[in-house]
Amino acid sequence: MQTATLTDVTVNAGHLGGVVKLRGASAAKMTARDVNVYYGEAQALRQVDLDIGEKRITALIGPSGCGKSTFLRCLNRMNDVIEGCRVTGRIEMDGEDIYDTALDVVRLRARVGMVFQKPNPFPKSIFDNIAYGPRIHGFANHKNDLDEIVQTSLERAGLWLEVKDRLAAPGTGLSGGQQQRLCIARAIAVDPDVILMDEPCSALDPIATAKIEELMDELRTSLTIVIVTHSMQQAARVSQHTAFFHLGSLIECGDTDEIFTNPQDERTQGYITGRFG
Amino acid sequence: MLRDKAVTGMQLTLIIAALLILSSIGYAMGRRRAVAAGRGGALRLHSRPSYHGAYVALWCALPSLLLLVLWSIAEPRLAEWLLIARLPDSIRALDPDRLGLLVLDVKNLAVGNIVSREIDPALQAAAEGYNRFLTLSTAAMVVVAISIGVVGAARAIRGVSPAFRARNQVEKVARNIMLAASIIAVLTTVGIVLSLLFEALRFFDQVPFFDFLFGTRWSPQTALRADQVGASGEFGAVPLFAGTLLITVIAMCVATPVGLFSAIYMSEYAGPRFRATAKPMLEILAGVPTVVYGFFAALTVAPFVRGVGESIGLSVASESALAAGGVMGIMIIPFISSLSDDVMNAVPQSLRDGAYALGATKSETIRQVIFPAALPGIVGGMLLAVSRAIGETMIVVMAAGLAANLTANPLEAVTTVTVQIVTLLVGDQEFDSAKTLAAFALGLVLFTATLALNVVALYVVRKYREKYD
Ligand SMILES: Nc1ncnc2c1ncn2[C@@H]1O[C@H](COP(=O)(O)OP(=O)(O)O)[C@@H](O)[C@H]1O
Ligand SMILES: [Mg+2]
Repeated sequence: MQTATLTDVTVNAGHLGGVVKLRGASAAKMTARDVNVYYGEAQALRQVDLDIGEKRITALIGPSGCGKSTFLRCLNRMNDVIEGCRVTGRIEMDGEDIYDTALDVVRLRARVGMVFQKPNPFPKSIFDNIAYGPRIHGFANHKNDLDEIVQTSLERAGLWLEVKDRLAAPGTGLSGGQQQRLCIARAIAVDPDVILMDEPCSALDPIATAKIEELMDELRTSLTIVIVTHSMQQAARVSQHTAFFHLGSLIECGDTDEIFTNPQDERTQGYITGRFG
Repeated sequence: MLRDKAVTGMQLTLIIAALLILSSIGYAMGRRRAVAAGRGGALRLHSRPSYHGAYVALWCALPSLLLLVLWSIAEPRLAEWLLIARLPDSIRALDPDRLGLLVLDVKNLAVGNIVSREIDPALQAAAEGYNRFLTLSTAAMVVVAISIGVVGAARAIRGVSPAFRARNQVEKVARNIMLAASIIAVLTTVGIVLSLLFEALRFFDQVPFFDFLFGTRWSPQTALRADQVGASGEFGAVPLFAGTLLITVIAMCVATPVGLFSAIYMSEYAGPRFRATAKPMLEILAGVPTVVYGFFAALTVAPFVRGVGESIGLSVASESALAAGGVMGIMIIPFISSLSDDVMNAVPQSLRDGAYALGATKSETIRQVIFPAALPGIVGGMLLAVSRAIGETMIVVMAAGLAANLTANPLEAVTTVTVQIVTLLVGDQEFDSAKTLAAFALGLVLFTATLALNVVALYVVRKYREKYD
């Protein structure tokens, strides 16, 4: 395993001029500047500059293979566990460089949670799935605290009523939609500031998808969400900001309404109207 | 006797070769005919020509092969029955044992071997009759087998037509051949188990079941004469069970940590290149002949253990459970490491990602997510290793000794069930003495124990499978 290294941290003022400012953005929770990602020799992301608005939902859209997941994994350093992956540039969270060598990546990931495309509950009970994060980070000293964390997390994920009578049953026995909400609850349980979601609904049916979207809207009041999606409707429905990626570059980003009604770049226009992708 | 067997073996090979040649000719003819039928006829061929050819070949070979099998089972019995039927009444009136010996002599005489009695004309005549019958029978077998093959092939060739579903027929035959093979395997197993069971029951006629199972003294010498000292052997198998258990526990104490940790290292930490070389090398351990482990244990490890023990003031037997168990542990490492490595690799990457994304460290992820998820498979591997350890003989014979001590001290010599089976059966034995039959009883216990372990292992592994697919 190779730790992602940070070589060019210098971001000069001249370059900042090229940063696409989010129009009407709130304070940025995370900022990415000049981010390049390489898998071995191949470059997957080029010069990405993007701000992630606090307590907003930011949608990353773009054709397959354009680097959306790669960018998402930069934000909680999940790229560290990929062999041969190298990240350069500067990514900050609340003004702090997350690629700083002094930073504890384990704490970072507790603050920036992640939900994957395919629901991946641990082969443990529903309770233990949720309690896993709080346990390893030592958030709960008593059984009662843990019970409470589990209950509130499940409630916030809208799953409590469905599972409260079978907390000891295996998490893998739930339906796909329930499993995905379990994974969201599991991420919430460590009380993160940011949740990254990589196509969280692509394996789900429309009803389960609607539930997750509803849930995201509720979560937005307390945390920042970045979601990768292939569904234009979903991006339009749930997000406040949208960023369009193409061939490893960030083409355009801004308020979702703006991007969908008045895209500046013709590639964005082509993608959202379905002419290529 | 030898010469005789060589000849029939040779004849059989020749017949089978002839049948094979015949059926390849049948194949070619059937194929050619199908091609012709397909070209001329208005209908399209249902099956490709090679299936028609195969169908003919099967009709040529299978019935005659079946006949050969039946014939070789029936022939010796028939010959013996005829032989006895032709003997003078005075001889036939002998009691079965002596008659059996006499028949044996006649057979030996027939093939020109040494005979244990004087040859009288009656015997000579019987031997000649026996020989004549065998020659006749062999000739008849050749003729019948070949003609059945020819007739079968001819029939099948006549049946070739575009509409004929040769492909489905060949499929059916193929299925039945597999079925027959598996039935043979199952029947063999059942046969072995039953013979174990019946011989063991004969043993329990002589030695009470509970004395065997719970007795604590094992000295299976039975007397040659009834008035000898120590005439009755003692068949309390507890020391053997205890010895087996002790050695297995020692072996598992060596194999489990080494196997498990190397599996974890290989699947979670090592790069693909290290894994690609280290894994096969570990697996070689299981391929080393056990006799090599045996002399390694006896000549290297046992003296070493003894030396170390004595230097710290312990008295160590020159053959110790520790040496044998330790070396056996090395041998079964790959059962644990290889299987555990496989199951841990099979744990989906998404689970690891899930744990990392929650902020788990690598070792937390391994301990709390990967290991529990792989645990059923790991347990399965360990149970396999245990049943291998229980069944191992050679290492124990060479390094742990033969003394049936009832002890939990790993520094003393012990013996195991398998070793005692070997010693009971080595050398000339009476087939119905308690000493010989005891081997069957021990075998039955061993079989039951390993069967139970395997069933548990299979159950555990199956449960694991259900979870992930
Ligand atoms: N683990 C990896 N190793 C090598 N190349 C990768 C890896 N993951 C992604 N890539 C490459 O990086 C590019 C971007 O991939 P990704 O971020 O998964 O795209 P998206 O999520 O937008 O579909 C693709 O060309 C892909 O082949
Ligand atoms: Mg992706």
